[in-house]
Order: sequence, then structure tokens, then C-alpha cells
Amino acid sequence: MSVGNETTHRKVTVCFGTACVAGGAREVLDALRREASRSGAGLEITVARGKCGASCDLAPVVTVEPGGAVYGRVKPSDAGEIVKHLVGGKVVRRLAVSSRPGLDSLPVLADIGFFKNQVLIAMRNRGRIDAESLDDYIANDGYLALAKALTEMTPEQVLGEVKQSGLRGRGGAGFPTGVKWEICRNSPGPDGKYVICNADEGDPGAFMDRSLLESDPHAVLEGMALGARAIGADCGYVYVREEYPLACERVIKAIEVARDCGLLGKNIMSTDFSFDIHVVRGAGAFVCGEETALMASIEGKEGRPRPRPPFPAQKGLWGKPTNINNVETWANVAPIVLRGGAWYASLGTAKSKGTKVFSLVGKVKNTGLIEVEMGTTLRQIVYDIGGGVLKDKKLKAVQTGGPSGGCIPADLIDLPVDYEELSKAGSIMGSGGLIVMDEETCMVDVAHYFVSFLEEESCGKCTPCREGITRMREILGRIVKGEGKRGDIELLQDLGKVIKDASLCGLGATSPNPVLTTLKYFRDEYEAHIFRKRCPAKVCKALIVYRVVAEKCTGCQRCVKACPVQAIVGPRSQPHNLDPAKCIKCGACYEVCKFDAIAGDAIYVE
Amino acid sequence: MISDTIVLVVDGKKRRVRRGQSVLEAARDCGIEIPTLCYHEALEPVGACRLCVVDVTSAGRTRVMASCVTPAEDGMIVGTNTPRIVETRKMIVMLLLARCPTIEIVKRLAREMGVKANPFPKGDETCFLCGMCVRACAEIVGVGAIGIAYRGPKSEVQPPFGQESNVCIGCGTCTTICPARTFDLAKVFSRRSMHQVRGVQEIIRCTVCEDHYTGT
Repeated sequence: MSVGNETTHRKVTVCFGTACVAGGAREVLDALRREASRSGAGLEITVARGKCGASCDLAPVVTVEPGGAVYGRVKPSDAGEIVKHLVGGKVVRRLAVSSRPGLDSLPVLADIGFFKNQVLIAMRNRGRIDAESLDDYIANDGYLALAKALTEMTPEQVLGEVKQSGLRGRGGAGFPTGVKWEICRNSPGPDGKYVICNADEGDPGAFMDRSLLESDPHAVLEGMALGARAIGADCGYVYVREEYPLACERVIKAIEVARDCGLLGKNIMSTDFSFDIHVVRGAGAFVCGEETALMASIEGKEGRPRPRPPFPAQKGLWGKPTNINNVETWANVAPIVLRGGAWYASLGTAKSKGTKVFSLVGKVKNTGLIEVEMGTTLRQIVYDIGGGVLKDKKLKAVQTGGPSGGCIPADLIDLPVDYEELSKAGSIMGSGGLIVMDEETCMVDVAHYFVSFLEEESCGKCTPCREGITRMREILGRIVKGEGKRGDIELLQDLGKVIKDASLCGLGATSPNPVLTTLKYFRDEYEAHIFRKRCPAKVCKALIVYRVVAEKCTGCQRCVKACPVQAIVGPRSQPHNLDPAKCIKCGACYEVCKFDAIAGDAIYVE
Repeated sequence: MISDTIVLVVDGKKRRVRRGQSVLEAARDCGIEIPTLCYHEALEPVGACRLCVVDVTSAGRTRVMASCVTPAEDGMIVGTNTPRIVETRKMIVMLLLARCPTIEIVKRLAREMGVKANPFPKGDETCFLCGMCVRACAEIVGVGAIGIAYRGPKSEVQPPFGQESNVCIGCGTCTTICPARTFDLAKVFSRRSMHQVRGVQEIIRCTVCEDHYTGT
């Protein structure tokens, strides 16, 4: 970031994303402001709220300019030392985020694995701007693409660039965005057309849409204005879930500011183009992320999908041609228009162009949002960016695509991530959830969890999804309880096939994925549960037994103290007894038993 | 000029049918029966029960589609009883039978499709959520006194908030159209008010035909 006067100007930026705010970013900001005015003599110190850097594991995050030092897990009490760094240049090593422990040099953003392996397009302003400042957005080429589109390009040319870019829908299905726009553009719309931003992100563990709306709302609004220009729409909606209060607040504010500045509303930038955006808050039904259900919800009807055709591009919101794209898709539009479709198409793989944002979560060291070029391998994502599996355990699988995605086993770690490869592996891109699972994850339990979620969120309109998912959940529920029986696996496969083929909407059709992929890659685990009544990952409580290994137990009594139900007894220095009748299998004893080198072995799980 | 007929291949035979129909209507025109539970000639199709699925091949891709909501197009290849379709329908009927084991129309469909043992535990529902009552009330009667409340397996036909409706006119279309013959008008409405002309009257259920009528 360029800073005015290099000799006297310093800038401290505090990330203001949800995780950082929850972690005390407001207090840190206040403390830094107080400290800067007290001891920042002779310097021009700017203390600003920054865009989310999406490295949520480090929250709250503070960045110092010049130099680009990154501090993580900052407390208000650290403000004094950080301001000393500004004054005297002395790095606060204690707080510095380092990927190279032991090295003397201070790591900057470009050094840190989590950041350096990313390619930022949708998240281009990450950590660089104040989300609530239109000036910041404009200073980073904001609304330049819209200005170019309105003054130098025809709507056809805007459409042409997006088509050429090869951008595909980032919400899940991966339909080519330019083609979608063209169909909508060519649909007769004498009473107007709509563009909609789908921000009804509901996948457990996914937060890319929330973060983009929270930290760079104008990027989404500009993309929508460009889309409206290309399609010929005059009205837009952002459908955002009520559970995202900060995203709602910021996008509403951004729309107001843009309207005040002539970037939305009548005669944008004094041209003949008029376009306005409204915000509709969803009540948090997962199914409302499906485009026809989303439109029904905006119209005030029950949020249930309807069959297509007619497609929204022909007959959408209130019967008018409508184009719906996901938050991330919209955020990619402005750079494409500004730098050209050919530039975007030069990134990525043959059929999946550009970059994709993933929310990297689960048993991985660096959690957060990452944006990588399409075709980046799972290995690069998990190890180079994610820093490897938590506690250096063995990787078991990577779950992609949200609840209706699939689990990709560790053997396929070199799989390049794009729409085609994920689908070949039986999973989907989805909206970009990426959950890392280690050896202590039970795949049957994972399938049970996701199917339970999907049962809860099924709208109930069509038979295969409503009844079929419920039956799948029942069968999986029996299996994890040790009540599985011969034929269950085949029944799950048959059910999965029918739900996939016959469901009404995309959510139903992808809902068996967690079961089908775990069956495909981890069938032995299902068999262990059903036939041997054992959970190999030692997760399913009904199938594990804790016992004390007498030869190894030193009688330290740690487990005696840890047990919440007094199931373990025994005098000091003598092997303890664990009463299986009292044991509630909470695992507390197993956790604490690490007396010496035989760590964790004295209490045995089978 | 666009011809007012199109040619389809249905179960291997070329058929000329009227343009502008759904695949289901086109097949029925050719005398091919496709089972349905949520389809009714008088209502907009919704594609909810999925019993009417067929294999549809167009533009080189074969997909399972609900025939009631798929427009028939020139050159389409339709398979109404391929092994995949037969298996799919059978599974759907087993799911419905598990939900509503006592409902005659579901039992009959299960018999016709050769369902013998049902692997799923029996439930005790009497409604399979075809939504015909809801659509009839909105589309034919023009009232919209009932809707489907909640979601997923908890879905249930109800007047708003489960309260007795104050817009229901007690016409009984919902009970007449219900393919399960189990819709209970009393759940929606117990007294009928005829524009205040004849005052408020009780809704009574006939003990013979079980339909509702206005008592005098």
C-alpha cells in the first residue's frame, strides 16, 4: 500500500471482519488510537479499520505500514508496543505472524505461506481498504470498470468480455456466467428485467459471501451494475440472510453511499444508464439459496423451488427476465471488464477459468478464506496455504462443496481443484467450502452429520428429497449406533441414486453426495460399523469401549480427577479400574492420559 | 410457419402430437399411461411427487425428468418404462408407502409396481403432500385459505398459523380433490359465513360419502 510521506507517515490497519470484531478488534482499534495520540509525537499516524484479511485463525489482525508487518491475536494491551514499532521501527516479535520460526527477519504478507500462494481477484482489496469507505474502494480502481463500461463500451462489449473470460457461476452449479447473461439479455423484457445477488450462504463452515459483502460491498454492487448494463436491467436485489448482521448493515450503507454519489440510481455517472439496488433479508432457510426458491422468497411466497423451464432468465422474479448470480461471481465482474476477458481466461484450467475463493476450515493449521487459481491442487491448498493438518496428524479426507458436496480421500490429494475434476471425483465445487478431515474423523459420522443437516433444510416439496433424505438419515443413525444391518449399504446406494436422479432441484439432486462419496472411498468404515460393530476412527460413542491398560498405567490419578462420572477409581501408584457400566464415553480420561512417553496408551480405546 | 404438431419418439415409436403440451400430456394423448399423484388436469403442474418421471433425451443428453412439467419438444426421445425409470418409480412408491401405509391410492400404486417388501419402517401419516388441496383452493376457488407450513418431513397442510381460517368459504374443493381422501375440512373451518346473507352456518360431514356440506 502506498503511504503519503514515507518518513513521517505510518498506518496501522485493524481488520474489521466478523472474527476480528468478535475477537476484540474494536477495543484494539480504540487502544491503538489512544496510544498513537499519546506517544506518536512527530509522526502522522493513521489508525484505520481494514478490510478482512480472512485469516480468521489469527483474529484480531493488525497490519503496519510501511513494511507490511502482520500482527496476530492482538490485545488492546499490545497497543503500546505496536505504536513503539511505528515510532522506533522495532518489531514486536512476540506478536508477529511468522511462518519461519527462528528466523530473524520479520515476515511480511508476501512471505507467509497462507498469503503468498493466493491469487486475489474477487478478494482483491483484502486487508487494504476500509469496508465502509467508498473513497478507499475508488482509490483502488473501484467503479473504474463501471465508468469504462458506461463511457467507452456498449452493453454488448461488456457481455462479450464476460463471455470471453470463461467465468462460471461461483454459487455451485458452475454455469457459464456470460451465457446466462446473454440468455437474459435476449429475453424480451418490456416491463424491465432484474439482476439478483444471491447472498443466502448457508453451508456450514462457509463464509466467503459473508466476508466479501462485509469487507468489500462495493465490489459486489459494481459487478451488479455492470451485469445490469449488459443485460438491460434497471433494478437489482441483494438477497442476504438475516443471520449476517454486519453484511446486511454494510451492504445497505454501501448502497446508500453509492446512491448519494451518483453511482446507483437515475442517470449513473451522468449517462442514460439508471439502475438501483434493494436489499432483501432472508430468514435463513438453506433452500432459499436455490434460485427459484430465492425468487419466491423475495416475492413473499414460501421459499420452495419450482421446476425449470421456465428459467429465471426467461420468467423470473415477478415473471420478468431475471439474472441471478452469487456474491463471488459478481465480485469478479469489475476486474474482468477493466482488464479484459482474455486476461481472466489466461488464469485457471481448460474449462474452469480464473480463481475460486474457498473457506478453508476443519483440522487444518491456517483456517480462513483463500483465493487460488483454478487447478491448484488439494495438496497445495492443505499444506502450502493451510500449513498442514492440525497437530501434524494424518490427513484422511477433504470435504468440498458444502453439505451436499463429497469427501475426497487423502490418496487424491494431488487432484487439481476445478469444476470438472471435483465432479469426476464424485464431489462438487459448490460455493467453495473446504473442510480438512484428519485420521480421527469418522466418515460415517460425517455423512450422518451432513444428511441430518440436509434433512433439516429440505423444503419438503418433492418426494425423493423429503422422504429419501429422512430415510438415509435413519439408516445412518442406526449404523453409527451400532444397529446397522446387512443390506444397509446397498439400500443407501439405491436411495442415493433415486434422490440424485429424481429430485426437483439442485439441492435435492446433490444431497446424497456425502453418503455416496464416503461409500465409494471409505466403504470399509461402513462395513466396520455394520458388521464388526466398531468405529475405526473412535468417534461413534456406541461403538467404542474405554479401558485401562494395566501394564502401562502408572497410577497417576489424572484420569480419576478428569472423569466426570467417577467411573475410574484406584489408589495412587497402582493401575486404575474403569467401570464400563458407569463410563459415558466422553473421552476426558483418554485426553488427559499422557503421563510420559507412553502417552495416551494407558487408557485404551477399542 | 410453425407447425402445430411435433414429432416425439416415445418408447421407441415415432409419435406426432400437438405442440405446447407437457411430455405427460403428450404421452397420455398417445395412450401411454404414466403414474401421477400430484398432477390434476385442472391445476398448474408442480412436479412434486416425481412419480411421473421419464427418461428424456434431447441434445444428446439423457436425463430423468418429471414429465408433468417438462415441455414436449420436437425430436425429443422419451422413455416411460426404461429399467432406470421403473426402479426410480418403485423407490418413490416405497418411500410414499412407508409414509402413508394405509392410503388406498398409494397401496394400489405399490401393488401395480410390484412392491412386495418395503425396507423402510412404517409411518402413520395420511397426507403425502401432493399439494392439490392447496393449489385447488388458490387456483380454482381463488381463496388460498390453506398452505404448506413448515418444511422437509415436518411439512403439513394448514391454514395460516394453524388457526381456523377466516377466508375459507367452506366449499370443500380441497376434500373433493384430495387423492388420499383424507383431507379434513374441519381443520380449516368449522362454520361457514355466506356473505352475511344467511348468517353463520355449521359445516357438517356426511356420514355416507364423508364430504362436507353446509348444515341448515
